[in-house]
Amino acid sequence: MSKLSHGIGGLTFDDKKKARAPEWNILFALALIIAIFEGLGALLMGQSLLFDSADRFDGIFNVARLKIIILQVSIIGIIALGATQVIILGGIDLSPGSIVGATAMVAMSFAQVAEISGMANPKLMFDGVSDLPVIVPILVGITCGVLAGGINGVLIAYTKIPPFIATLGMMVFARGVAKWWSKGQPISFPTDSYAALGSGMTPVYIFIALAVLFHFILNYTVYGKHTYAIGSNEQASRMSGIKVEQHKVLVYTIAGVLAALAAIVLSSKNLTAQAGMGVMYELDAIAMTVIGGVSLAGGRGSILGTVLGALIFGVIISGFTFLRLDAYYQEMVKGVIIVGAVVLDQYRQKRNSARM
Amino acid sequence: MLDYSTSDVVLETRDLTKHYGGVHALEGANFKIHQGEHVAIMGDNGAGKSTFVRQITAVEQRTRGDIILHGEPTHFDGPIKAREAGIETVFQNLALADDLDVPSNLFLGREKVKFKLGPFSILDNKAMRDATMAGLEKTGVKIPNILNSIQNMSGGQRQCVAIARTAAFHSKLTIMDEPTAALGVQETAQVENIIRTLKEQNEPVILISHNMRQVFDLMDRIVVFRRGRICANIKVDETLKPEDVVAYITGAKTGAEYPEAG
Ligand SMILES: Nc1ncnc2c1ncn2[C@@H]1O[C@H](COP(=O)(O)OP(=O)(O)OP(=O)(O)O)[C@@H](O)[C@H]1O
Ligand SMILES: [Mg+2]
Repeated sequence: MSKLSHGIGGLTFDDKKKARAPEWNILFALALIIAIFEGLGALLMGQSLLFDSADRFDGIFNVARLKIIILQVSIIGIIALGATQVIILGGIDLSPGSIVGATAMVAMSFAQVAEISGMANPKLMFDGVSDLPVIVPILVGITCGVLAGGINGVLIAYTKIPPFIATLGMMVFARGVAKWWSKGQPISFPTDSYAALGSGMTPVYIFIALAVLFHFILNYTVYGKHTYAIGSNEQASRMSGIKVEQHKVLVYTIAGVLAALAAIVLSSKNLTAQAGMGVMYELDAIAMTVIGGVSLAGGRGSILGTVLGALIFGVIISGFTFLRLDAYYQEMVKGVIIVGAVVLDQYRQKRNSARM
Repeated sequence: MLDYSTSDVVLETRDLTKHYGGVHALEGANFKIHQGEHVAIMGDNGAGKSTFVRQITAVEQRTRGDIILHGEPTHFDGPIKAREAGIETVFQNLALADDLDVPSNLFLGREKVKFKLGPFSILDNKAMRDATMAGLEKTGVKIPNILNSIQNMSGGQRQCVAIARTAAFHSKLTIMDEPTAALGVQETAQVENIIRTLKEQNEPVILISHNMRQVFDLMDRIVVFRRGRICANIKVDETLKPEDVVAYITGAKTGAEYPEAG
């Protein structure tokens, strides 16, 4: 029996003929980009990017490189999960990179050990504040994210400062906090349990777990519905009784918390926190979401798309390293891809409004 | 048929007045609507019809006068409060979220949930879908798939969604400001079907319309506005002729006092 449903007025609708979800296009783009790199790899290097070409790796894939690709996008990917929600809401957030810097410094100063192989920790930030249970730096870090994101949200929702300006201010301010916290000194030597948060493939698992969580939240909860609704038509949402201001504060706060989680994972992975951590991360995160099909006009996009966007991002970076091309080209191509994705989105919007 | 003595008055206005600076857009309007009654508001462009509605729905604050809902004087400070009190309005500019599907729009701001968890309450999508199907099926509107986003739907389909939204919530009073002004013949018929459904359900409706045929077909009573004042209150029956109404609208005939004035 073919499934006919969801039509009214005598019309039926064949579920099989449903319009292709936009995520398929992004998946297709991912496949295309991989194919290009495979082609170039075969041509220029005589090697494959993702597949096991010289039987140096077991099985079909070049597992080592796959792992690297996913690992290197997972931390910025966590930020991109927040950027996705903010952009669907119709906003923008330029502050996560700086929130990463500030949170890494503050959290790390509560994650230090007193002694390293019998010697006193030379970088110890606060005397007596050492060897705390791992939950302490985590909660401290999350608090930083709540504060920074919450301030963003309150400024945007209640003072009507454009998101671009409000979060630009937070970007500069939080970077200042990062530098001020230890007067520019790096903070190092975390406890083993803190160091475990970013070791090995743990960042990937954290990224995937958060992606699944927010995929669920955006698709199946009132929070998700209201995020899409406000991004789609803020006036209509307000008239329908949605508490738009409160909701904005919540979304920006969640974006701040995700940036803080990225900071914890990053400082753990690096075993140190530095004031310059996370510079430009917000732009990479925004790039992942835009490549993943999230519309800068708001109202459209998905976590799944952003995850695919992050993978595209990772493949491009790895692909360039693989082809031994200069990092300069990498940046240039990144720029072109971001603009290309936005142009594509605008074209889609025009086509949609032309049909009305 | 219309019994003014009964106490089932849903909404009453007394001396409702709105001045925009020196413009007296609405002047001393006395108006009543009863349970299940469908009242048309007619009048020339600029007669004050929309202004009247904007005061009731608290989109604007009145200059003076009383608005009484179910016997209680109201002082809503905004349209959301009016809506919470049960006054549903279909404004000329539709309040719909283009990127969302039909059920999401119908239940916008009052989603059905399976599991309460503050803002993270789990949506009951199936219940909302079923309620949407059931609610729209009666209207005769044709929508191939209610799970498509509404941005590609026709003006009539969108208007039906907007109106069905008011119907879905068993509001105390539904107000529509020229809901069919921009629609084709078929689409107008669909909107009119929804209005008939509301009549069957004994729900009161205020309809602003310039369409004489529509008003004669659907409404129990016509209230005519002219230059910010109510100048006639006419029962729609077999003896009423469109020319009579036109005469009031143009001012050729000035009105029988509103029966309940004063
Ligand atoms: N915000 C305002 N400021 C000043 N004058 C206004 C304002 N809103 C409405 N008016 C005036 O009040 C009068 C009544 O306007 P209203 O919109 O109520 O007319 P209407 O009966 O709904 O007309 P139409 O059939 O064209 O919709 C008009 O003269 C209009 O110009
Ligand atoms: Mg009007």
